[in-house]
Amino acid sequence: MTETMVPVGGPEASARRIGVYVCHCGGNISDYVDVEKVIADIRGAGDVVVAKTAMFTCSDATQQEIVADIQANELDGLVVASCSPKLHTYTFRGVAARAGLNPYEYTQVNIREQCSWVHTDDTQAATAKATALVNAGIGRTRHTTPLVPLVVETLPHTLVIGGGIAGLRAAIGLADIGLKVTLVERELALGGWVKDLGTMYPHNRNGRELIDSLIAGVKRRPAITVLTGAEVVGKAGSFGNYRMSVRIGDPGSASIEVAVGSVVVATGFDAYAPADGEFGFGLDGVVTLPDFKAMVDSATGPLMWKGRKVRSVAYVYCVGSRGTGGCAGQACSRYCCAATVQTAVQLSGLDPAIGQYHLYRDMRTYGKFEPLYTEARKAGSVFLKFDNDMPPAVETRPDGRLTVTVTDLLTERTELAIPVDLVVLVTAMAPRANDELVKVLKLPAGADGFFNEIHPKLRPVETVVDGVLIAGACQGPKTSSESVASGLAAVTQSAAVLKKGYTELDPLVALVVPEACTACGDCLTACPYDAIAMTQEGDRHWAVISAAGCKGCGGCVPMCPESAIDLLGYTDAEVTSMIESLAEVPA
Amino acid sequence: MTAPVATEPRASADTFVPKILVFSTNNISDPGIDLAGSAHMHYSPGVRVIGLPCTSGVRPSWILHALESGFDGVFVASDGDECAYLHDCAKRSSRIMSLAQTAMRERGIDAGRLRMAAICSVCSEPFTKHVVGFAAALVPLGPVMATKAAAGTGAQA
Repeated sequence: MTETMVPVGGPEASARRIGVYVCHCGGNISDYVDVEKVIADIRGAGDVVVAKTAMFTCSDATQQEIVADIQANELDGLVVASCSPKLHTYTFRGVAARAGLNPYEYTQVNIREQCSWVHTDDTQAATAKATALVNAGIGRTRHTTPLVPLVVETLPHTLVIGGGIAGLRAAIGLADIGLKVTLVERELALGGWVKDLGTMYPHNRNGRELIDSLIAGVKRRPAITVLTGAEVVGKAGSFGNYRMSVRIGDPGSASIEVAVGSVVVATGFDAYAPADGEFGFGLDGVVTLPDFKAMVDSATGPLMWKGRKVRSVAYVYCVGSRGTGGCAGQACSRYCCAATVQTAVQLSGLDPAIGQYHLYRDMRTYGKFEPLYTEARKAGSVFLKFDNDMPPAVETRPDGRLTVTVTDLLTERTELAIPVDLVVLVTAMAPRANDELVKVLKLPAGADGFFNEIHPKLRPVETVVDGVLIAGACQGPKTSSESVASGLAAVTQSAAVLKKGYTELDPLVALVVPEACTACGDCLTACPYDAIAMTQEGDRHWAVISAAGCKGCGGCVPMCPESAIDLLGYTDAEVTSMIESLAEVPA
Repeated sequence: MTAPVATEPRASADTFVPKILVFSTNNISDPGIDLAGSAHMHYSPGVRVIGLPCTSGVRPSWILHALESGFDGVFVASDGDECAYLHDCAKRSSRIMSLAQTAMRERGIDAGRLRMAAICSVCSEPFTKHVVGFAAALVPLGPVMATKAAAGTGAQA
């Protein structure tokens, strides 16, 4: 391939004036990539006005140098080749902004995680690849346009959906931080699952008492309005100013409108409902963990079942989770191992003579809950481990008692038939059926039916719907303390956007080129966020995309048969030029 | 200043190193690919990544353009079921794959030059295995340009 190498900073007239900075990262890059050669080999078309290496581009000194370069050379494009865009995109957008350059005229090029660190054994190839990556960044930058974030005003008011432990604690937190709160609960009583619980692990606090103290806290705060027996049935407006419709009472009752800046969804979980016959479900004496827990919580001495004293109990773990017995649920439900051994300890306290047999796959009393397992064993519980290929069987005997048959991996696969009075199916947390709410809020649910956050570590309570946050077990199985922690994370996230009074939305949204649009309507069904609509002027019809409603996923882009949709930041021109640069093998 | 470590190139000049374009997603598969780098895993320098918000936004024409610009293969590191934007992302991505493969067949490009797999945000090892395996599978197919030239000659004859 022959290539005309234009010297960096060459005299050719050009539409663009781009600055390129290639980072050593203190050796993380330059130990494996010849960064000076990258600078020498950049394919400038006369538009690369400044090209430099830096020991650390993210350092204050280099940031100031970039600002000075942008201003002195009147740069209109910036390329930084350093680490992953996850680390410093906002840093360099800030650098551009401080220099008076539009932040969206800057491109981040990842030559560390996706180049130097994976090709530590081949400097020549790593250098060639880094050059291609930088060229792609320059190519993209040639096509960037200045973009302005959408500024929207935000209302200092949050709607909390769900009055369980996570929603109640979030409501109190929001009020304390100075926001108005409307708390909507579908049931007539607040408190969710926890209000029906007695002793809870790990500190043996009573669930009812915990909820009573939270409800008292809600009542003390005039900023909180509570609507019970109420459901969210509509959402209009956009981030910062959502107009939510809340129906109070049965379907057909009137709705009220609540204007809020953000929404915290804390709708919790359902207990897994075993199928008829699943581990004997439906037989007399086979109960689920929530039902059994309620029996133990209300007992004051030995348990009774149908007028007879319960002398022995078998627990079958992982019912509805981890594919046990061929069930659909694949995830580990996390809370149930600890909840079950805690209940067993509680029961041993009520009736020290009771026989308790735990049929488990793996015992996951993780973290601080491990002592509960030891405590249960000391109190007489017997643990038997089964393989999912040989799940336990539950049958009724002629005398009406039950027999659980299990092949125990801990005793050389001995098959044991255990006569018991009760069988407890340790049921998983299942996603709550909330089809109406999912439709109204456009909540993203995963394949498992729980709601998805944007990022489990970095953005754990935000969803792709701006201003709609998720907390508690609606995200996936959680203990009550984990639910409260995520509820408080949602408080912080709400405050971060609402206390300022306004917010900026990323302008990297999809656009329709009106001239190319034939108004076929294929894109209208492509957007689950209802951001695309038809408009007209006289006889001419075309599609338009609402910038405030667009989530910037680009899902509509390949749905347009006329290629009339472009996603800003990832336009056809930008991506095409990147592909061409990346395909080249630089010198 | 740290001097670059001089090492011998692993492949000699006439060894065919397939060039693979990867489309990743900013929130899910790209962090997984980054993690492979943080763990200093190794794959071919022929692998080059373009990050997008979501796999459902890949234009089939981009895949074609890559294969016609010198990439020997295209790997779509998809969101799978984890997509935070679109619940039917896997279905949309499959549609894009089949559109691209149809267009590839029409141009005489082996459909095996396009692959897709779900890569999660911590899937560093699966990603590395995928691209290493893909590169190995592309070697017998040879460079895409040579294949296309041969097909073109055949059509003219």
